[in-house]
This record gives sequence, C-alpha cells and structure tokens, in this order.
Amino acid sequence: MTDLATYNFAYLDEQTKRMIRRAILKAIAIPGYQVPFASREMPMPYGWGTGGVQVTAAIIGPEDVLKVIDQGADDTTNAVSIRAFFQKVANVAVTTHTKDATIIQTRHRIPEHKLAEGQILVYQVPIPEPLRFLEPRETETRKMHALEEYGLMHVKLYEDIAHNGRISKTYAYPVKVAGRYVMDPSPTPKFDNPKMHRSEALQLFGAGREKRIYAVPPYTDVVSLDFEDHPFEIQTFDKPCALCGAENVYLDEVVLDDKGGRMFVCSDTDNCEDRREHGHVGAMLAPAKEAAE
Amino acid sequence: MTDTPLLKVSGLSKFYGSRIGCKDVCFDLWPGEVLAIVGESGSGKTTLLNCLSTRLMPTTGSVEYRMRDGNFRDLYHMSEAERRFLMRTDWGFVHQNPADGLRMTVSAGANVGERLMAVGDRHYGKIRETASDWLTRVEIGTDRIDDQPRAFSGGMRQRLQIARNLVTGPRLVFMDEPTGGLDVSVQARLLDLVRGLVNDLGLSAIVVTHDLAVARLLSHRMMVMKDGHVIEHGLTDRVLDDPREPYTQLLVSSILQV
Ligand SMILES: Nc1ncnc2c1ncn2[C@@H]1O[C@H](COP(=O)(O)OP(=O)(O)OP(=O)(O)O)[C@@H](O)[C@H]1O
Ligand SMILES: [Mg+2]
Ligand SMILES: [Zn+2]
Repeated sequence: MTDLATYNFAYLDEQTKRMIRRAILKAIAIPGYQVPFASREMPMPYGWGTGGVQVTAAIIGPEDVLKVIDQGADDTTNAVSIRAFFQKVANVAVTTHTKDATIIQTRHRIPEHKLAEGQILVYQVPIPEPLRFLEPRETETRKMHALEEYGLMHVKLYEDIAHNGRISKTYAYPVKVAGRYVMDPSPTPKFDNPKMHRSEALQLFGAGREKRIYAVPPYTDVVSLDFEDHPFEIQTFDKPCALCGAENVYLDEVVLDDKGGRMFVCSDTDNCEDRREHGHVGAMLAPAKEAAE
Repeated sequence: MTDTPLLKVSGLSKFYGSRIGCKDVCFDLWPGEVLAIVGESGSGKTTLLNCLSTRLMPTTGSVEYRMRDGNFRDLYHMSEAERRFLMRTDWGFVHQNPADGLRMTVSAGANVGERLMAVGDRHYGKIRETASDWLTRVEIGTDRIDDQPRAFSGGMRQRLQIARNLVTGPRLVFMDEPTGGLDVSVQARLLDLVRGLVNDLGLSAIVVTHDLAVARLLSHRMMVMKDGHVIEHGLTDRVLDDPREPYTQLLVSSILQV
C-alpha cells in the first residue's frame, strides 16, 4: 500500500474526478436517472464497492469526515478496508458516528439516525437497472426509461402476489423518484425505503462494474411501487433489539449457540452503541452487561 | 361500419437494399373489417404487415390511423412514445410464434394483465379478475392463471397471446399467420375463437396468411400479393370464387386440390 502515497489526493486524478463530478451533477439534475460514466479500475475487486468508492473519491475534501458501513456495521472487512483506503489516500477524518459524518458510504443500509442537510449518503450499487430481471436488453430498458414505460415493474410485483399472496420482495425494492424515474435502491432492505423519501441528505449511487451513477437530491419524493389493494409495507420485528431495546429499527438475527439460541440485534451498530451509552438496555443485557462485547 | 376508414394506406413501399419487400401498396381499412393478406412465401406479406404496424420503417409511403379522438395521424410522423402507446392500447399484434408475443417466464395472469398495468391499473384484485375473465373468453381454465405459458400447448399459448392483446379493448389487431404452427384440429378451434371475438368486439383486423381457408373463414376482404406487389384486391368471396388474375386463379385452384 505504500506506493499509494504517490497518488493524487483521494486516489483518482483530477481529470477523472471532474468526469465523475459531471456525471454526479447530471444525476442530481435528473433524479433517479442512470448516468453512464467511465468507471475506472480501483485497487479493489468489483463487488467491493468500486462504484461507491469512485463517487466518494470524487466528492471528498480534506475537511470531510467519512463513515463507511456494510450491513449497517462499521467493523466488517469491507467497511474497514474502504475506510482505511480513504484515510491513506485522502488523510481524512473518519468516524463511526452517523451524526458526525459528512459523507457516509454504505452497502446495505441507511443509518437509523435521521440524516441531516449537508450530509451525503453514497451507495455502493451492484445492479443499477430495476428492469433488468424481465428485460435483459440494455437498449430496450433505456427506451423504457426514456418513454416512462414501467408496466413491467408491476408485472413483477403481480407475480410476487400471485405466488406468495403478498409482495414478498424485501430488499432492492423498486421506487419511483420525483414522480418520474423508477430506481433500484439496490441491496438496502425495503425497511429503509421510507428513509429515502424527502431525505434532507443528498443520496448518490455508484455502480462500478455497470458504470452508472444516479442520485436523489435532498427533499425529493421517493415512493415505493405497490398496488392499491397491496400497499407497500416495511418489515416489522416482534421484539426490540436484545442489546439496546430499540424498536422500529432494522434487526439482524444472531445465532448464539448450537442449541438454537438466537437473538435479534440492531443492524446499525453505531445506533445500538449510542443508545446503550445513553442507558438503554435490551433484554439480553439486563442480567449480564458483559455480553455487550 | 361507418363512412370513415380506420386506416388509410397510400404508396407504401419497403426496399431491402435493391430487393423489393413490398411496393406501392394502397388501401383503406374500415372499422369492423377483417382484411386478409395472402400470397406465397416471400411475396411480402410480413413486410407489409410490419410496415403497417410500425414494426418496420417503410422506405416511402404513408399510413394514417384514425385516433380515438377522430383525427387521422400519420404513424410515421408520431413520436416513438405515442406510437408505442398506441401499440399497447389501441392495437394488438399476434405473432405466429407465441413465444415472440408472450412473456414465457411470467404467469398467464400477468401476461394478460401486463397491458393493464402498463396503462396505470394499480388494483391487483381487479387486474386478476379481468385476466381471469379473458382466460375464460379464450377457453383457458382459470385454474391455469398462475401457470407460465411454458407449460401450455401451442394452441393455448396462441389463445393466451390473443387474450393478452385484447385486454385493453384495441380497435385494430394485426396477425401474422396466427394458426401457422398448429395442428389442423387446433387451427380450426382457434379460427372459430378468433372469428367469434372479432365479431363480438367489432374489431378491425389485418391477417397475414398463406392459407386461403383461413382467409375465407376470417376475412371480409383480401389482398393477393406476388413479388411485393398487390396483384388482386377485393371482397374475399369474390376473389376466391371468381379470381381475375391468372396468378390468383392458380393459387385458388391449387388450394382446391389439397
Ligand atoms: N430483413 C430482410 N432483409 C432483406 N430481405 C428481406 C428481409 N426480410 C424480408 N426480405 C425479403 O423481402 C421479400 C418479402 O419477404 P416477407 O418476409 O415479407 O415475405 P412473406 O410473404 O412474409 O413470406 P413467408 O410466407 O415466407 O413468411 C422476400 O424476398 C424476402 O427475402
Ligand atoms: Mg411472413
Ligand atoms: Zn440495538
């Protein structure tokens, strides 16, 4: 990694950053529209968030404070290595606290703590095209977006209801942005879809392998697709977080032992820790505090 | 039938390089009328049908369609968005090979419901009810509504394709050899069904076929094509019973020998 020191600030050269920024500006001007961009090779494999990393690299400045999450956690391999990468190539401050970050790069979640004006959420996107599943031809999907032909999206939801009795899609749940473009929020759970709606933060999406950037500007309508008689619903959980007692947050299942023991805890680890620091206690921690480690 | 045509075609030609696809075709189609285009293989039937239905850009000529507001529009002066909207609302297109006109990997119900969803229907229960009505109309059991057309016979697929096209109440349906790949007995049943639907719904249709029996059964008028030209054009019974062109006489007599 030492030879990275010879690279430009934030790894990408200024020419490339300008190209990416132009794509970002265009994306912001046309909310939900996928802007093609000349995705660069990054010193990490596709699937590791090269699209998000390029977006972050193009917008980050020396004063920024960066947070990186994967599955809601700051301490997974992917999040740790992307954070370390930017510390090295941009020498920026990093944080795990949502409210302290100016840029948050994410893979699967939108933080539970409500984002504020001035913050930017950068999503790493594997498959940007919401129409891909039924229409593999890129020329055709582009035309469908251009002509606002989105009947297929509802065909997919119809199929879901016909076979499962309800819309069973739980993540990458399609949304309509600003009443115009249908967009794939990518691997985030549908639980997070309502957080995108009229968010104060700027949301940027980067797909490295597919070479696409799209955006949701602050205060933009983001509406999940549904049927009148099968309205969009988010996941609900039976119990609060076992560690911090939080309700109305997204929970992950954690297996405790090989005897079927398990618990549900916050997927957003920062939010969970913050709550515990403020004295909230879940069922699991009430008897034995050391289980928190 | 009213006194205004639904479709006005004039000077329509399509060249593939220097080869003629179809040449100088002129006709009017009237509301409720079924027109058959017949001719031997390579005579230009499919080329003409595709030029009429905006699936293929003609080299010259014009095709005007009377929109629901009563105004004629030249199809080739419309925006692509308007054309595509027309195609999936006011028109139908039944392909010879049902796989070309169906989504083979989604259920029969969704195949029929797709056009409804495309024009903004957002009530699952109503879409499903309409789909199941249409399955009944084309003689597919409603217990098959969640099956994919992959699991259907050729005849069922073709009937599903017809239902999928008719669900939005189109005024004009194009068909390219709708009974092409089917067994004789299956063909007969499908033709009966199509004839019934066309009558009940007062549809206009343009049907390409090389089978004069299909033309006889379905159409009011027919055009005979040879080498890209329309060489004879008239009421179906007249053309079949009293063909004027030597080529048509040959066609008719050869079918009678079958
Ligand atoms: N894409 C193409 N490129 C070049 N020539 C073509 C093309 N499509 C059709 N043709 C030619 O145009 C003429 C008319 O073809 P067309 O397919 O319209 O005939 P058809 O009457 O539908 O025949 P069939 O009964 O076999 O379907 C033929 O000479 C054919 O070879
Ligand atoms: Mg043909
Ligand atoms: Zn928690």
